[in-house]
Amino acid sequence: MQIYLPIAEVSVNAFLLLGLGGIVGILSGMFGVGGGFLMTPLLFFIGIPPAVAVATEANQIVASSFSGVLAHLKRKTVDLRMGVVLLIGGLIGAALGVQLFNALKAIGQVDLLVKLSYVLFLGIIGSLMFVESVRALMKTRGGSAVPKRRKHTWVHNLPFKMKFRTSGLYISVIPPILVGVLVGILAAIMGVGGGFIMVPAMIYLLGMPTKVVVGTSLFQIIFVTAFTTLLHATTNYTVDMGLAVLLLIGGVVGAQIGARIGVKLKAEQLRVLLALMVLVVCGKLGLDLLIQPTELYEIGQAGGH
Amino acid sequence: MLRFLSILMLIVFAALPASAEKVVAGLSQNRVSITATFVGSEILIFGAVKRDTPPPTDSPLQVIVVVEGPAHPVTVRKKDRRFGIWVNSDSIELAAAPSFYAVATSAPLTETLSILDDLKHVISVERSIRISDTPFTNQDPRDFTRALIRIREKSDLYKLMENSVELQEETLFNTRIALPANVTEGDYRTRIYLTRAGTVASQYETVINVQKVGLERWIFNLAHEQPLIYGILSLVIAIAAGWGASALFRVILRT
Repeated sequence: MQIYLPIAEVSVNAFLLLGLGGIVGILSGMFGVGGGFLMTPLLFFIGIPPAVAVATEANQIVASSFSGVLAHLKRKTVDLRMGVVLLIGGLIGAALGVQLFNALKAIGQVDLLVKLSYVLFLGIIGSLMFVESVRALMKTRGGSAVPKRRKHTWVHNLPFKMKFRTSGLYISVIPPILVGVLVGILAAIMGVGGGFIMVPAMIYLLGMPTKVVVGTSLFQIIFVTAFTTLLHATTNYTVDMGLAVLLLIGGVVGAQIGARIGVKLKAEQLRVLLALMVLVVCGKLGLDLLIQPTELYEIGQAGGH
Repeated sequence: MLRFLSILMLIVFAALPASAEKVVAGLSQNRVSITATFVGSEILIFGAVKRDTPPPTDSPLQVIVVVEGPAHPVTVRKKDRRFGIWVNSDSIELAAAPSFYAVATSAPLTETLSILDDLKHVISVERSIRISDTPFTNQDPRDFTRALIRIREKSDLYKLMENSVELQEETLFNTRIALPANVTEGDYRTRIYLTRAGTVASQYETVINVQKVGLERWIFNLAHEQPLIYGILSLVIAIAAGWGASALFRVILRT
């Protein structure tokens, strides 16, 4: 069934969108990731304009993270104070990101920015994850786990210290704000929640306990992506309501199925799979930039919008 | 030059009454509505030739039908290899290019229409793209307009359909023009020309109105006129849909 998307101004198959949402949902349920970093490139591949894909994906992430945040709040696994500090950084980052996005859109380089960011981040995260999970796989076969030590790093010597009781931390607010800014920028230009950057940063850089990491990052993501959605909607008019709802319905159902599959697989195997998938998407986007395109010209709207 | 022009005018005006053929035409629809399930539309254009005297026998009658979407300024960008990757480098702004352009003819266009009349009546797609007030660049604008035509031909927005006008006994004609699903809104200027020996003998002009309607119209207007409300609304709808879908799924699994 073809459906006409009023904002993207293209006609696409509704079942294709539901299916895409479902597949990405299954993957995100299996691996416990947001899925924005997979969905946005897939939307490029089916012909949704990148500006619409990025803005709409931000909208979708708000909705798909909503029930997760509620569950974590109920279980009290959200460090609200840390969440608010990360959020302040995130809002600044999102505002900067949308400015950058619009400036590059005006000179016709926004596609390049979005695609390069994807290649860069997916490449780094994918290879790190791959190396780390292969190592973990080897270790579980060897049968010995090395206990983690908490180190006193440069992070602990910065000013403006603050107590974060839920996380049991007494650290400077500068690193979490910087992490928030980075994630906000990524949310605005890549249409991702940024969990894949924030979660490792919270664990390794800030030293937060693992049990509050997911809830806190979701708490930050939901507000930052909501803010990003509003910024894109008011400056670019690129949020497509219909597209978001279709992807979401598929995504929510997929996530539930994925979560059930995920329980049956081993965590290390899952991570190897996820790492491979991230690298495949990265490779495809990278090749598109490297190989000479068949059509060297492209049409854009004149003089901005 | 002036003398040449006046001779030209004389020829044109002398030629017109001599042929004394008039085109009368109709459309299957002069309104196209873009709804949520819009997959494109086909318009039947038909008509007849009205004449008081028997048709001249020296050259055959030909028909050209042009459907033209609203024109907008466009930027055409060219990719170049920089630091090993393909990025947009040179670009050119074209003053106006139609968003849709279909030409249907009853014989190959070069036989149907002289270059002079093509220039005068702006019939082939190359003539309809205005590059005149483009700022000076060292790029050849023709490369860019050719690329524009090539890209839009690929997405079915520009098309030249030779021999697709059915002409019966030099009197009745009909053709079909397909509007693809990716057309934009606006007034589509529709022109019909009768030609003899490459010269336009008569012309007829009408308008097809293409518009988003219903929900599509409402969403588009809200997004552009009340973007903040639209943004908040899309968040609320998305959250409600996500919540609803997961609640429904849980209910289904339980039973």
